[in-house]
Amino acid sequence: MGPITTTHYIALSAALLLIGTIGVLTRRNIVIVLMSIELILNAVNINLIAFSHNLHNVNGQIFAIFVITDAVAEAAVGLGILIALFRNKETVLADEVDLLKW
Amino acid sequence: MDVILFLIFAIIAVVCAVNVVVQTHPIASAISLVGVMGSLAVLYLLLGAEFLAMAQIIVYAGAIMVLFVFVIMLLNAGAESKRGRSLVAQLLGFPLLIALLALASYFIQRYYPGTATVQFGAFKAGTAQNIGRALFTQYLLPFEVTSILILIAIVGAVVLARKEL
Repeated sequence: MGPITTTHYIALSAALLLIGTIGVLTRRNIVIVLMSIELILNAVNINLIAFSHNLHNVNGQIFAIFVITDAVAEAAVGLGILIALFRNKETVLADEVDLLKW
Repeated sequence: MDVILFLIFAIIAVVCAVNVVVQTHPIASAISLVGVMGSLAVLYLLLGAEFLAMAQIIVYAGAIMVLFVFVIMLLNAGAESKRGRSLVAQLLGFPLLIALLALASYFIQRYYPGTATVQFGAFKAGTAQNIGRALFTQYLLPFEVTSILILIAIVGAVVLARKEL
């Protein structure tokens, strides 16, 4: 086992991205779909910070901060939408929200 | 030492991430997500991003997860029942996932041969001082725009979750 390189971090990021994508596509519970989106955004952060280390430049970490901020805003609005949805439809399952389905 | 720490926490992160997706009860997923965030914070420390490691713990494990757990409690969401999936998806899903991951790893290895090793302590620019200086000089405009984004998100969340919509 050689030393850890940036490639290892990119592979970890790819794995988390795939797992998160599978969660978004296969789960029915909207809460877990939102958690999977958090996984995807964290995969992006690993990439940014690994390249920040690789290029000896702090800009990647600044972008990671902006990504974290976006994740927070997305989670807050998404959960607000979920509460409004539950109040009207009494469900948190994505496949039972078919109001716009023809 | 670096290798051992990276392997331990990368494996914890991947196992917890798989657990987030396969658990049927949302609370179990939320706890697993805390595990992912914690191990990623350690990996950020290994990469020399001290400030981001702390921000990861505080923002994700402290703020977002409390929000998630609170909403799960509020909605009283139980375990989700399995849906009958197609036979093709059950048989081909996992092998195709492995194939996609192998393909991604192959192209990363081919087009980005990682000669740069990651040494703990080799890059020390991730302190709060350096981040703050870059954030308030070079990235001042994006920083201020982000505050407007947060304001919009707060107002949107309050309006959406209000009683009479």
